[in-house]
Amino acid sequence: MTRRRIVTALLVLAVVALFVLPLLLDGGTSEYGGTDAAVTEELEADGYAPWFDSLFSPSGEVESGLFALQAALGGGVLGYVLGRLRGRRAAAPGAGEQ
Amino acid sequence: MHIAEGFLPAGHAAAWTVAAAPFVVHGARAVVKEVRENPDSTLLLGAAGAFTFVLSAIKLPSVTGSSSHPTGTGPGAVLFRPPVMALLGTVVLLFQALLLAHGGLTTLGANAFAFAVVGPWAGYGAYRLARGAGAGLLPAVFAAVALADLATYVTTSVQLALAFPDAESGVAGALLKFLGVFALTQIPLAIGEGLLGVLLFRALTTNARPELERLGILAPAPTPTGGSA
Repeated sequence: MTRRRIVTALLVLAVVALFVLPLLLDGGTSEYGGTDAAVTEELEADGYAPWFDSLFSPSGEVESGLFALQAALGGGVLGYVLGRLRGRRAAAPGAGEQ
Repeated sequence: MHIAEGFLPAGHAAAWTVAAAPFVVHGARAVVKEVRENPDSTLLLGAAGAFTFVLSAIKLPSVTGSSSHPTGTGPGAVLFRPPVMALLGTVVLLFQALLLAHGGLTTLGANAFAFAVVGPWAGYGAYRLARGAGAGLLPAVFAAVALADLATYVTTSVQLALAFPDAESGVAGALLKFLGVFALTQIPLAIGEGLLGVLLFRALTTNARPELERLGILAPAPTPTGGSA
């Protein structure tokens, strides 16, 4: 089981490194603007005017909160499912190992 | 990959909506059928939906100095086949269009086509090809999840290039331009997302073996070998 744990830890580290390294490499000079916004800005600069506006546009702070809510809902459900599955296996008859 | 509200000409927006609608309707029926015939799938269906819900909420930095979203549609496509993700992915996009002003209703069809149709099918195709070529489950999952992510952004670039061809170099030139914005930034994100998919499937192979066997992901093992995936 220990080898399995090490592989898991390495995978998690690789994911973290993949997203932390870009932040470290450029010393905080990039804005990390979203690619979606980059495209709309480019199109607007070329003279395109959107013909329909969002029905509801939350302000910046509220938007961050709603994004966090989306992540929390997903993370909560994912954690619930994985926890239930793990608990089910732990409670299964004959589940002696681990 | 979210084309913002009102940013596709009406004709394009309508055409992509018409193109995506049958996939989404078919996906809704696939979800109902799956839940009705296999009630014990509900947990894993929830996990597949939750995975795309979390990942598409998070903007991640990339080496290009821009940031972008992963998609999270790969694992569900591998577990339940792509039609199921056509519905789940569209639900995510609708949530973001209505509450977050991210994407939009006029561009929902185009975004759903990229995110909930092409991405899952590309991922599922990569999974089947890799398994067919003899790859193990986890490498195939990595390929599927990473490719579902990347294919979504390539599709968005194609959609934008068709709508906004370059004055001189036409659709091809515009495609290169939009790929330059989306695809390069997306490569590290797709790799990271692939690794997250591998982590998820490592957890599932240990804890959800019966479900994975029923879904045909794992061959029924006569002797359970704990964690040898």
